[in-house]
Amino acid sequence: MYGIGLLKGLGVTLKHFIETYLDDIRWLGRRYYRDETLAERQGPNARGVFTVQYPEEKLPVPEEFRCIPFLVYEVGEDGERSYRCTSCGICSKVCPPQCIWIVRSNDPETGRPIPSPTEFYIDIDICMNCGLCAEYCPFDAIKMDHDYELASYDRFADHIYNKERLSKPVTYYESIRPMNFAFEEAARAEKEAAKEAKRKAN
Amino acid sequence: MTLEEYKDRFISMLNSDERKGYEGYVVHSERLVEFVRTIRDELGYDYLSSITGVDYLPDEQIEVVYHAYRSQGGPALVFKVQIPRNNPVVPSLVSIFPGANFQEREAWDLLGIRFEGHPNLKRILMWEGFHGHPLRKDWEEPYFEESEKPFSSRWPEGKAYRIEENNPFKKNVQYPPEFIPDGWVPEADTAIYSGMVRLGAEDSGNGRSLETDQILVNLGPQHPSTHGVFRMVVSLDGEEITDLQPVLGYLHRNHEKIGERNTYLMNMPYTDRLDYLASMGNNFGYALAVEKLMGITPPERAEYIRVMMAELTRIVSHLFSIGTLLNDMGAFFTPMLYALTERELILDIFEAVAGSRMMCNYFRFGGVARDLPEGVLKKVRELVTERLPRKVDELDTYLTDNEIVRTRSIGIGVLPREQAIEYSTAGPVLRASGVNYDVRRADPYSIYDRFDFDVVVRHNGDVYDRYLVRLEEIRQSIRILQQIVRDIPEGEFQTGKPQYQVRVPPGESYGRVENPKGELGFYVVSNGKPNPWRYHIRSPSFINLTAFGEMCKGHKIADVVAILGSIDIVLGEVDR
Repeated sequence: MYGIGLLKGLGVTLKHFIETYLDDIRWLGRRYYRDETLAERQGPNARGVFTVQYPEEKLPVPEEFRCIPFLVYEVGEDGERSYRCTSCGICSKVCPPQCIWIVRSNDPETGRPIPSPTEFYIDIDICMNCGLCAEYCPFDAIKMDHDYELASYDRFADHIYNKERLSKPVTYYESIRPMNFAFEEAARAEKEAAKEAKRKAN
Repeated sequence: MTLEEYKDRFISMLNSDERKGYEGYVVHSERLVEFVRTIRDELGYDYLSSITGVDYLPDEQIEVVYHAYRSQGGPALVFKVQIPRNNPVVPSLVSIFPGANFQEREAWDLLGIRFEGHPNLKRILMWEGFHGHPLRKDWEEPYFEESEKPFSSRWPEGKAYRIEENNPFKKNVQYPPEFIPDGWVPEADTAIYSGMVRLGAEDSGNGRSLETDQILVNLGPQHPSTHGVFRMVVSLDGEEITDLQPVLGYLHRNHEKIGERNTYLMNMPYTDRLDYLASMGNNFGYALAVEKLMGITPPERAEYIRVMMAELTRIVSHLFSIGTLLNDMGAFFTPMLYALTERELILDIFEAVAGSRMMCNYFRFGGVARDLPEGVLKKVRELVTERLPRKVDELDTYLTDNEIVRTRSIGIGVLPREQAIEYSTAGPVLRASGVNYDVRRADPYSIYDRFDFDVVVRHNGDVYDRYLVRLEEIRQSIRILQQIVRDIPEGEFQTGKPQYQVRVPPGESYGRVENPKGELGFYVVSNGKPNPWRYHIRSPSFINLTAFGEMCKGHKIADVVAILGSIDIVLGEVDR
């Protein structure tokens, strides 16, 4: 009969409509603004309204999420920053849109390069968030950030990030990427141990 | 190759391509049409997949490269025509394969190859007043910095500046000599309009008392139904379409030139931006092309991960396509959002695996960027065994029998089988016209030969069938995914050490995959340097549009939108 298909389709819409209320009742008014429910609402068992109340609620980002690189520095005992970056330039060579600019330092006395950047710029208007710089950095010195709320008022003044703006401590890196951090630290410890063993053997 | 049996007949027409790393045959330019007709009629190569050119600047030569297939499946027949660079003329193949139309126009536009006998040899991606042919190796754009990346200014003395600051006159356009931009009246549009088919006064109207006006209508480029910045010039007789011409290039950025500047690895994230709804599939095609050149294969686990990602991408893209098709037909956003909910769950997986929801950049030469993080496999398993099959069935009940959907789509935009093949259409458009052709089956790549799945074919070739093909392909993808989560082995995800500068031996290769939109091909020529010498994309959305005008003729103006929705174009890939 003509119209059966239409009615069946409307049945699906009605089911969705009712489900939103059923799901609201299920959480007894505590459906929103809570991390547990958010995970459930966005998971494979999601029912009812699927949207998220941004910015009150924010979706948790997975560890691998990437948005704009940052430079990792370690804090010494006297509070001094030591950058992992050796200004080898691999990141700026591998960068597809060529948005990384590095000024290498020279020793004022001998004039020979020293392994630390004087300046480090990233033009974030050009950066395509591909993550290749972080992937191929041999010193784990540049990593991809999780902060995606980057809007600013003046693109000419604010969108070329300098070294200061790009720097974040290693503790921050550990907090956003715990698995990667642990993995890298383990690899480094192993390397150190191997070196040590070799030195002893000699 | 069966061509060998015909060697005696062809001996006067062609030579084998003897260069190291190259394949196929070099056909004499004056015998090309004869050759193509013979292979089509006698050898069964009835599907001309790709036409492109390569500018061999050091040899002062331009080469036109053709890839032809049999629609029953099998490997490619590659043939080339070599012509001098200062006067590149080849006979056009439009009379034999109408699908060559847009591709030849593109080659003319970007490389300056003249195709003799082409009915409408005009620029297609650039505008008519553009100066030069950008893919020529000696062409340089405004703000030209260097012809190869990495640019030397970035390190070790990289003082950051905006590229606009380099140019004190702020001129970012090059004009032909004697061209004055002020007071210029664009001829291009007049040319488009005058080329449109119009009926004589006696043919219009319904032949009785009703009289109709003939008008030209521009649909787009700023129109939500065009899925981006796509423009159609439609010639109407009353409400009926007498002619339709796509006008492209509003999103053109010369992806291929950028690709030739990039190193091999740098191109990977750029491929994401082609068909941005199916970025993993684009990665796949490019990785295959370069791996073929390098002669490496990824380890077992990486193959499984790749196929898993490609199939998830297919689901994402088809869901999106069904949603937007319904949008185009007037079911405003409810079906779209039902589809997008499921898409969202898959994008979450992409985000966890690759780090980004749409611009995945996940494949590397010889594997993938990283292993699957913990918990992802479980989530995929949950999705493909429980939720997705249920939701696809729901979408099926929701839409398939709906009388409005059926009236709007059955019998609309019919593309008969023969036309579908000769217009080189691909993907669901081709399969809805009754051609059993799916690259995954016809010329299996990666590990597709291990999986149990059906190639979805339907025979009416209308909008409804294309919709049904997509819906069924989602089910088949779920079937493949179920086999993957069952069989995926442990192990390495990358062969060798990850390298940012890969060594690619000289030669050419063509990697093709069955993307959600159709056959996506990457034609890469290497000369042993870190940057590809030629990087061409056979883009399915672009080539499917060749048949668009033909499909629309005789239908009502409101159907154009539905037909376009059923072709499922993505402008990032059409315009490149």
